[in-house]
Amino acid sequence: MKGKVWKYGDNVNTDVIFPGRHTYALMKPEEMASHALEDLDPGFAKNVKPGDVIVAGKNFGCGSSREQAAACLRAAGVQAVIAKSFARIYFRNAINLGLPVLQCPEAVEALRAGDEVEIDFAGGKIISGERIFAFPPLPDSVVGILEAGGLIEWTRKKLGALK
Amino acid sequence: MARTFSEKVLSRKAGRPVRAGEVVTVVPDYYLSHDNSSAIIGEFKKLGLDRVAAPWKIVIVLDHIVPASEEKYALNHKIVREFVSEQAIPNFFDIEFGVCHQVFSEASFALPGKVIMGSDSHTTTYGAFGAFSAGIGRTEMASLWATDEIWLRVPETLRIELVGGLGAGVFAKDVILKIIGDNGADRANYRTVEFGGPAASNFSLASRMVMANMAAEMGAKNASFEPDEKTLAWLRTRARDAYEIVASDPDAAYEAVLSYDLSKIEPQIACPHTVDNVKPVSAVDGLRFNQALIGTCTNGRLEDLEIAAGILKGKRVNSRVRTLVLPASREVYLEALKEGLIQTFVEAGCVVLNPGCGPCLGAHEGILAGGEVVVGTSNRNFRGRMGSRDSEIYLASPATVAASALEGVITDPRKFLR
Repeated sequence: MKGKVWKYGDNVNTDVIFPGRHTYALMKPEEMASHALEDLDPGFAKNVKPGDVIVAGKNFGCGSSREQAAACLRAAGVQAVIAKSFARIYFRNAINLGLPVLQCPEAVEALRAGDEVEIDFAGGKIISGERIFAFPPLPDSVVGILEAGGLIEWTRKKLGALK
Repeated sequence: MARTFSEKVLSRKAGRPVRAGEVVTVVPDYYLSHDNSSAIIGEFKKLGLDRVAAPWKIVIVLDHIVPASEEKYALNHKIVREFVSEQAIPNFFDIEFGVCHQVFSEASFALPGKVIMGSDSHTTTYGAFGAFSAGIGRTEMASLWATDEIWLRVPETLRIELVGGLGAGVFAKDVILKIIGDNGADRANYRTVEFGGPAASNFSLASRMVMANMAAEMGAKNASFEPDEKTLAWLRTRARDAYEIVASDPDAAYEAVLSYDLSKIEPQIACPHTVDNVKPVSAVDGLRFNQALIGTCTNGRLEDLEIAAGILKGKRVNSRVRTLVLPASREVYLEALKEGLIQTFVEAGCVVLNPGCGPCLGAHEGILAGGEVVVGTSNRNFRGRMGSRDSEIYLASPATVAASALEGVITDPRKFLR
């Protein structure tokens, strides 16, 4: 799937991805998507298209453990987040919710807002026109959770196997 | 072989000797969640199980929006109460108790050597008592309730060596802000932050909680202080379970060791909009603001309220500043009442809020309008966190906030605390 790049800087925190004022309301995915990045880039939620990719600097997702900061991006159709590094709780949350998070500083340096990109998850490649950036493959345990569609599905399978 | 605190705790839990970088599957000791328990319950129900695996390990504290300010929050709380009753979860703290990290500590789930997972980023706080405690998300908590196990990567350890004595008007909050400012918001990502050195034991448990709490703002997975006489004195009357003291071996391998001479630190303040944008208070002295906040899970304990009340006693806060006081817990509130601190605050023109998270996460009790500025003792100053995306948050010690509330502009507290 091809998508467009949305480019942001370092330390994009969970409060600007999904504000605290909405955190303790139970919301449907599409409603979460309508608040995605609203305190960082008010135009994002209105204009993001399925398959688009977020490209950001270091420590993406720092701050709160709120999971909607990953859920709202997935609900908005974001194909993956590519960053120089991720905050640890965000990394786990994203995987657990089935949102691919790729660490690739070279791609972050090179890609600009609006660039078109395609991701080859199995091959570990980010492709933008003539440019190809390799990212380290995710550990098997993580791929298993992503392939199951998230931790809940993965745990269901595990519990099923125990029965 | 010498090992760090985190390597030792996780080795014991894994049943084999492990090193930083290895992945282990462990059965933790306690699971903390708060208002987000309603969302966790939603995820848990998707698993198709009737019962949680270990109800006695689950600790739920309602604190984020208490009492409920809107119907949707009331519904959340109702879902939690019904689930607690249905699953016979013994450790449920309803709205009167206070902020989860304080309540969890007072109720002494925070015990040396325990592995604690919490669906809150400031779960690092229990490192103050020598526990291994880390934050996770809601879905992961639902899975823990179901399976009673989790995979963890054994973290590398960043050791912070504390030497020297604090000057007058300088507190644990200034020390941790200085460390975060010097090293950045991601310096400790995926790591343990271990506080040690000859000055570490000079800090009260309340002050250790400030530093362990804010280690999260450097990205830390967990924080740790080695238990000492002060820890044992606290546990003597409170410990709810047997515990084992775990400490790093003297020749343990650290990722890095940073040294801080406390006598060289002056009052610090984190400026908008990141916690690592730290300056000496003197650099922003005289800046006007609209709201002061004294309290929260970071700085709402008795020693914090004593310091603030000491500065405010017999005076009145500046009429342009709305000053909010938020005791961290019911226990702290009662002690503050006995000491007359609450009377001091009210006489000084402060608004005393019920124990809980209050305005810190921008959901109720003191939201900021566009263009407004707050100076508070909380732990995060991200854009829009306490209201309008066009408001600004400064973070400092209770002394700095109290001194600033009196003057109506950001003020170095040392003029009141020589």
